[in-house]
Amino acid sequence: MADGSPKDTHAKYQKVAYYPGCALEGTGHAYNRSTKAVGKALGLELEEVPNWNCCGAMEVKNIDPKVQTYLSSRVLAIAAHEMKADVVMAPCNGCYHNLKKAEHDLAHDPSSREVVEKIAAKAGDKPYRAGDVETIHALDWIKHGIGEAGLRARVKNGLKGLKVANYYGCMYTRPRHIFPEKDRGPGSESTSKPHFMDDLLEAAGAENVEFPLKTACCGGAHTLSDSDTSTKLVLNILRAAEAAGAEVIATECPTCHSGLEMHQVRAEKVLGQKTKVKMLYFTQLLGIALGLSPRAVGVHENVSDGIEALRARNVA
Amino acid sequence: MKRIDAIERELDDALPAMGAGAAAARWLLRLAEQVLEAWVVARGDVPTEEEREGFRLLALHRQGARDLPSFNACRETCREICYHYNLLALPASQGEAAKRLGMMGLLVRHLALFVGGKLEVEKLGDFCCASSPMRKRDE
Repeated sequence: MADGSPKDTHAKYQKVAYYPGCALEGTGHAYNRSTKAVGKALGLELEEVPNWNCCGAMEVKNIDPKVQTYLSSRVLAIAAHEMKADVVMAPCNGCYHNLKKAEHDLAHDPSSREVVEKIAAKAGDKPYRAGDVETIHALDWIKHGIGEAGLRARVKNGLKGLKVANYYGCMYTRPRHIFPEKDRGPGSESTSKPHFMDDLLEAAGAENVEFPLKTACCGGAHTLSDSDTSTKLVLNILRAAEAAGAEVIATECPTCHSGLEMHQVRAEKVLGQKTKVKMLYFTQLLGIALGLSPRAVGVHENVSDGIEALRARNVA
Repeated sequence: MKRIDAIERELDDALPAMGAGAAAARWLLRLAEQVLEAWVVARGDVPTEEEREGFRLLALHRQGARDLPSFNACRETCREICYHYNLLALPASQGEAAKRLGMMGLLVRHLALFVGGKLEVEKLGDFCCASSPMRKRDE
C-alpha cells in the first residue's frame, strides 16, 4: 500500500501512464519528443494511455464543465482500469490542470459524479472514481522520480551557468484548491512561487535568475480573439526576463511556449518591439545537460531559435 | 480617477528618469493602487482604504477579486509589487537599486496590462486558470 512517503513516491514514479494530450502531437511536438528522450536517458518509463481523448481543454470546459470532467475522467479511467496504473503523468499544463480538476470535482461534487456515471454508462465504460489514480506533471515526475541529486549524477554536459528565467504559466498552480498536494511545506511545490523547474535546471547546471512574473497571465486563451492584449502581456514577460538577465526562458507547457514564441514574433512585427530571449522547454534543457543532441530533444522544432543561445555558452 | 492608458503613459514617460529610491517605489506602488482603483470603480464599488499585510494594494486586490476567481491571475503580480517595494527600502548599490526599480516598473505595467485587458474583455483569465465556465450564471 502506498504511504505517500518520498521513498514510496520515488518508486511509484519509475513507471507512469503517459498522457501527452493533443498539443504535444501538434505545436508542442518538441515537448513530447524531449519528454520521452529525457525519460529514457533517466531510466524513467512511460507507457502511453491507449485510446486517449481530449481532456476537454478550455473549449469544452467553458461550455459544459461537467462534460469536460467526463472527458478527463475517461483518460484517468483507462489508466486506472485498463493499464492498472497508479500514476498518470501529463506534461501539458492544460491537461494536467483538467485532470486535477476532474479529480477534485469527482471527489467533492455529487452532480459531477452523476454526469460522469451517466455518460460512462452510455459509452459502456466503467466510470472513474476519485482516488483510483494519481495525476502528476512532468516536473513532479522528474523531481520525485529522480531528484536533484540523481540528476546531478547523470549530467554529462551541464548547462554551464546558462541564465534561465523559469516561466510556469498559470494553470500549473491555479486555482489552488485543485492542487491539494501543493503548499505542504518543505519538499512540496508552492502555488505562489513555484520552484520545481528551478530546482531541476539548477541541478543541471543552469543559473536561475530572479523572475517575478513566473506565474503571470500571458493572455492565454485570448491569444486569437484579443491578440493585442496577449502580445503586450507576453512582451512584458519577455522584457522582464531580459531585465532579470535571462538568456533563455524555460517553459513546461506547450500553450505557454507557443504563446511566448508567437507573440515575440508578433511584438516585433506589429509593435516594433524586439526581444532576444529564447524559449526552450525545460525537458530540452535537461536533455542537453544529459548529453543528448539538440536534435534529439527537438530544438529544431521550436520557432524560437534556442540553438544560438546554447552555442554561445558552449552548451550545444 | 486615472484611466489605465494614462497610467501606462505615466510609466513610459516618468520611469526612465526616476532615480531609484523610496520616493520612486512609493510612486510605483501608488500607480499600482490606481490601476486596481480603476477596476474596483468599474465594478461599481468604492475602493477600499483598508490594508492587508501592510499594503492597501493587497486589500484592493482582494476587493477586486470578490466573486471573480479569474482576477486571482494578478494576485502574485500584486504580491511581487509589494515585495519589490520592500526590496527598494533595503540598502543596495546604485546599479542593483535601479534594477529593482526597473523590475517593479515592469510588474506595475503587467498589472496595468492585465486589468486594462480585463476592462475591455471581462473574460480575460476566465478561460484558463480560473476554470470558470461561461454558463456558470445560467446553471
